[in-house]
Amino acid sequence: MIALKKSLQNLFYYPSAILGILIVLLLVFTAIYAMIKIPYREAIRLWRGGEEVWYQNPKFAPPAWFNLFSSKKYAESFAVKTSDGSMTKDVTPGAEGTSTMSISYTYEFDSDYYPQDMILYISSKYTQKQPFVSVEWLTPDDRKIRIVNTALIQKQTYRFSQDAKLKTKLRSDDVIPALFSDPETGHLIKGTYQLLITGATFEPDSDINLEFVSHGQVYGLAGTDHARRDLIVPLLWGAPIALAFGLLASLGTSVLTMVIAALGTWYGGWIDELIQRITEINLVLPFLSILIMIGTFYSRSIWVILGATILLTIFTGSIKAYRSIFVQVKESAYIEAARAYGASGSRIVFLYLIPRMIPLLIPGLVSSVPAFVFLEASLALLGLGDPVLPTWGKIIENANANGALYRGYYYWILEPATLLMITGLGFAMLGFALDRVFNPKLRDV
Amino acid sequence: MSVVTPTPTESMGVKKTSHIGMFARVSRYALMRLIVLFATVVVGVYLTIMIANMGGFVDTIMRGEIRERVTQSIAANPTARQMDPAVRKQLIADTIVQEEKRLGLDIPIAVRNFRYLSNALTLNLGRAINMTSDSGSKQVRLILLERLPATLLLMGISQLFLFFSCILLALNLSRRYGNFWDKAVVALSPTSAVPPWFYGIFLILIFAALLKVLPFGGMVDSPPPSNPFDYSLSLMKHLILPSLALVLSSFFLSIYNYRTFFLIYSSEDYVEMAKAKGLPSRDVERRYILRPTLPNIITNFALLIISLWTGATITETVFVWPGLGRTLYQAIGLYDIPIIVGSTIIYAYLLAMTVFLLDFIYALVDPRVKVGGR
Repeated sequence: MIALKKSLQNLFYYPSAILGILIVLLLVFTAIYAMIKIPYREAIRLWRGGEEVWYQNPKFAPPAWFNLFSSKKYAESFAVKTSDGSMTKDVTPGAEGTSTMSISYTYEFDSDYYPQDMILYISSKYTQKQPFVSVEWLTPDDRKIRIVNTALIQKQTYRFSQDAKLKTKLRSDDVIPALFSDPETGHLIKGTYQLLITGATFEPDSDINLEFVSHGQVYGLAGTDHARRDLIVPLLWGAPIALAFGLLASLGTSVLTMVIAALGTWYGGWIDELIQRITEINLVLPFLSILIMIGTFYSRSIWVILGATILLTIFTGSIKAYRSIFVQVKESAYIEAARAYGASGSRIVFLYLIPRMIPLLIPGLVSSVPAFVFLEASLALLGLGDPVLPTWGKIIENANANGALYRGYYYWILEPATLLMITGLGFAMLGFALDRVFNPKLRDV
Repeated sequence: MSVVTPTPTESMGVKKTSHIGMFARVSRYALMRLIVLFATVVVGVYLTIMIANMGGFVDTIMRGEIRERVTQSIAANPTARQMDPAVRKQLIADTIVQEEKRLGLDIPIAVRNFRYLSNALTLNLGRAINMTSDSGSKQVRLILLERLPATLLLMGISQLFLFFSCILLALNLSRRYGNFWDKAVVALSPTSAVPPWFYGIFLILIFAALLKVLPFGGMVDSPPPSNPFDYSLSLMKHLILPSLALVLSSFFLSIYNYRTFFLIYSSEDYVEMAKAKGLPSRDVERRYILRPTLPNIITNFALLIISLWTGATITETVFVWPGLGRTLYQAIGLYDIPIIVGSTIIYAYLLAMTVFLLDFIYALVDPRVKVGGR
């Protein structure tokens, strides 16, 4: 124990170890933060959610902080609604239960690029007579554009960019740029725009509520994907999943490998022989292909894949390495002493043989974490990731499937890739330093 | 590697007999290894088949698929549409039975597994469900063998380059132990924790998307150039990024490992002795450092290649390289079970061949194998 403590103190002489520890700690904090901030069920609801959850977000939008590094500003996304007062709504009652209302939203538009789209979600309450709205758009140069006049049903979605009548009226196929630019020059106009909706209801209890959503070109801290999902959810939740998968797999494989190697060496005979043969067979079993088969035929659940990974990784070259060391340790005097006082086989294996190897176990355990983290990402990239969980690999898969590199959505691949890389490097650097601390043979070279 | 120079300690007189003896030794060793490895492959392939067909789960899926396909094709058939419903139902049932028989689903699973095993070992891998080879065949063997050269080309080039460049650089570094480059390699060795496809994504991003100097993926330009010279030029251009990705992912760690071996061995007494004798440093390196470390290095390299065979699946997918790995990826998407099982078996064969080849080289370079015969 004291030796272990001393070795760990030596660790701080290695700058790579300190950096590695910092990265690992940061990952652990991110994982904890993610699990507290977005509970598991909520994360899955968000990740699996479609248009109904994410309708407020633009598609394929890079993160909003892109604007900090760009001299030309992209339009940001926003959503306002009457129900929470972010849009003003004035109701004037009229005769016989009718009323007119005026709903407006005024905002400053100072981006250099047009937003992707603008959408009105209108919900109304009536029993017989449909309410009526008229939507107008006021530009900074005091033009007033009539967008649409329509009678309402219970729930209605109006997309500015897809209104054929509006296209003819504006003499342009692209409605959004036409709304934001000078009709003569075609240049974008910055300034105060106003959306004005005048509504009329014809029953006492009738009411109109609406939500105005402007899909910008950038969104949030991490941007969005093809399904309008905020990438921050899978980026945050990728951390606990990657850590859990990587640590459990490496812990499972290294501990089991060591126990099996110790048992084989101690009991010898057919057990040892069997372990050797299994190791040789396992060497010709194509690891990834078998995982792919399991993923396609049985289950894509991350836990099944984890179990299969551990099973297939136990019997590899490292079992031979452990075996050769155990063979030496088996002959040492303290084992002889234990035998002499009549210790049982299992006592010797678990209390004397295995603890002796812990210094060797730790570096191997830490260094093998990245391989498993990347394995999960690799399987996700092949389309065999857990269908439920948001992981970094799934983001890369989605991005790859949607041609992110060809179409220039670099952020979409770079964000999860950077996180994966940092995770991998963090554990690799720490493991590397641990290896040098615990393996005196390597220390001098 | 074909001729092994005798060690300097061997006297000149027994040189000839020792050559013959060595040949017998190596061939006996090779034969033994071949038998053992074949037995290993048989067990490995049987396990693969068992996993692929455990509990008849795959059969259920295949049966469902056959039913759907037959029902649809008969529903779409104009003559069948005019039939009496009962007759048509009978026709559907008969066709399903026929189709199931064609795919061998009527035999009990235990027997089928053994039949699959002998079929698999002879590479008689059956017919693909959805995929076809470029020549239009539905034979799994043809589909896979057609893709094999592409994989071998990519792997071969990158592995050979990796092996020789790493050994040379490692030798160089071990000579200049502790200088800037040496420290840089030590510091960079954790980068090998990142798999090749990952480097691939970054390489595509830099060289294809941003700089636009190299292609995004594929194996040759489309349409392929008819002139053989242009063809190989185009092939080379497409090879650069995937092989670079494969090399990069294990480059620094390999150098580091080899360098460590060299350093451990170069502090041995006999090396000091050779230096003291005044041998040129080239000779010292070749005979006294490189030679005894080779077995270690080859073992290391063997494990690396084995891990890379699996890594190449995804690298090929990322680079749209038309090899085995990409075929496997496509088969997953199309749920083409014979292809998935077939490529797993081909991979098992490739791994066994790798193990055998490296064992063989190992026997050639390690004089200790001579003593016990095995």
